[in-house]
Amino acid sequence: MIVSERKSWEEILSFLEEEKNIFLLVCGGCSEACKTGGPEGLREAKDRLREAGKKVTAAVIIDFVCNKVLLGMRLNRYIDELKSSDSILVVSCGIGVQAVANMVDIPVQPADNTIHMGGFPGVWPGEERCLQCGDCQLADTGGICPYADCPKFLVNGACGGSDKGKCETDPEKDCVWTLIYERLKNIGKLENLRKIRPPRDYNLMLAPAERKKSMFWALETVEEKPKEEVSVSSE
Amino acid sequence: MKLKDLFEKGKFVVTSEIGPPKGTNIEPMLEEADLLKDKADAINVTENQSSVMRLGSMAVCRLLKERGFEPVFQITCRDRNRLALQSDLISASVLGIENVLCLTGDHVVLGDHPQTKSVFDLDSIHLLKVARGLGNGYDMVGNKLDGVPDLCLGAVANPGADPLEPQIIKMEAKVEVGAEFFQTQAVYEVKKFEDFMKAAGHIKVPIMVGIVLLKSAGMARFMNANVAGVFVPDKFIKIMAEASKEDRPRKSIEIAASLIKEMKGMCQGVHIMSLGWDRYVPSVLEAAELI
Repeated sequence: MIVSERKSWEEILSFLEEEKNIFLLVCGGCSEACKTGGPEGLREAKDRLREAGKKVTAAVIIDFVCNKVLLGMRLNRYIDELKSSDSILVVSCGIGVQAVANMVDIPVQPADNTIHMGGFPGVWPGEERCLQCGDCQLADTGGICPYADCPKFLVNGACGGSDKGKCETDPEKDCVWTLIYERLKNIGKLENLRKIRPPRDYNLMLAPAERKKSMFWALETVEEKPKEEVSVSSE
Repeated sequence: MKLKDLFEKGKFVVTSEIGPPKGTNIEPMLEEADLLKDKADAINVTENQSSVMRLGSMAVCRLLKERGFEPVFQITCRDRNRLALQSDLISASVLGIENVLCLTGDHVVLGDHPQTKSVFDLDSIHLLKVARGLGNGYDMVGNKLDGVPDLCLGAVANPGADPLEPQIIKMEAKVEVGAEFFQTQAVYEVKKFEDFMKAAGHIKVPIMVGIVLLKSAGMARFMNANVAGVFVPDKFIKIMAEASKEDRPRKSIEIAASLIKEMKGMCQGVHIMSLGWDRYVPSVLEAAELI
């Protein structure tokens, strides 16, 4: 899940100072779970916009704004409302806002701050994160990712700031390298800790152009380009 | 002079430490350092200690060298990527610096610029390995150097680490990649240090026990609450709490000297971190019968 929280309404309205007609687009996925989106989020945002003297041209919930097919289909139903809107206020994580911007040539404004992504973990609800490092070390680390959880991105064990299993950056935070040590001990693989892992190759974090061409990367290659000058673009 | 050579001669090596100022006012620091002349074998110069921005360690190391001291350049992975780390190791060498202490570095949230982007491109093990590689004539991707830095490499360890086992495993790795001596985090518990030295018995490079001068009971309690692996026993806190302000340095010297006397038979050197009380270090060394 991608974790987001509401920006202050003072900040949100500052984005909309010059604008009268606002299209409200609310995510019903992670944002709903974070209590910024969903029906409640929609109601609150609509009320706030109206109180601020804005006209809400449409208020739409989409389950997972990041679902491109769904987003395109739903937006297509609101072409008229979109055309009459000065701005789209998106209640969603940063991905959702960018997804809408990618499809519609109307200014989009974020209502939320995305405070934690740490690697999108699919629909897994736990604390595990994947940073898409391109060089998965989980086999050596007992299935616990040090890259995603160590504030110093250490790859060769805990630093001197680790104390009784806690991190020097936050006494509430578990030291991931102590967790890895305990896990490896439990599964009889402590020798893994003795392997010296080389420095990371940060180039691996950049997706190769070849990968970007594949249909799994971008569905737009198989989508039709919709009509109208409010282009719901396919590229 | 490399610390390695002193250990090889069988000397019980004494190092101390100075922290550069936040600014260009170097005179007080150099005056304090002068008190250690001919008393400490080498002087560590901290680098943006506790992630607080200060005058750089390399520049101060060079100044100490010019004044006839043997500096230990502390270099951390926090503020530089792998290009800058390698470049600075070479730079240190051409400035006459022969000893380098390779550290991961505190996290930036502990310092005075918590908003900054920390680097940590390499970790302490990588840094040691890279420094060793430079000494062998190659950079970390295998390019041949035109002139080779000649550096003695130190590393750190924490005898109070809990759990201790991964700490020992990390020390093994540090030795494997090039560490030639260890300086430890502050120790106040003799028994714990003895246990640590037993656990590290197979590690065949010299270990220098870390001593931090206690300035007050408050400082002791602060360290107990905030410094990983450091525990000041109640008996020392009591002594410091009961001492008058004027008497605290004397008590502090006594405590440090007694700790050194008890532990010097277990290890190969002592590293005294005075945290601004450099002027009392000679007295500690005298009381510990090291000079």
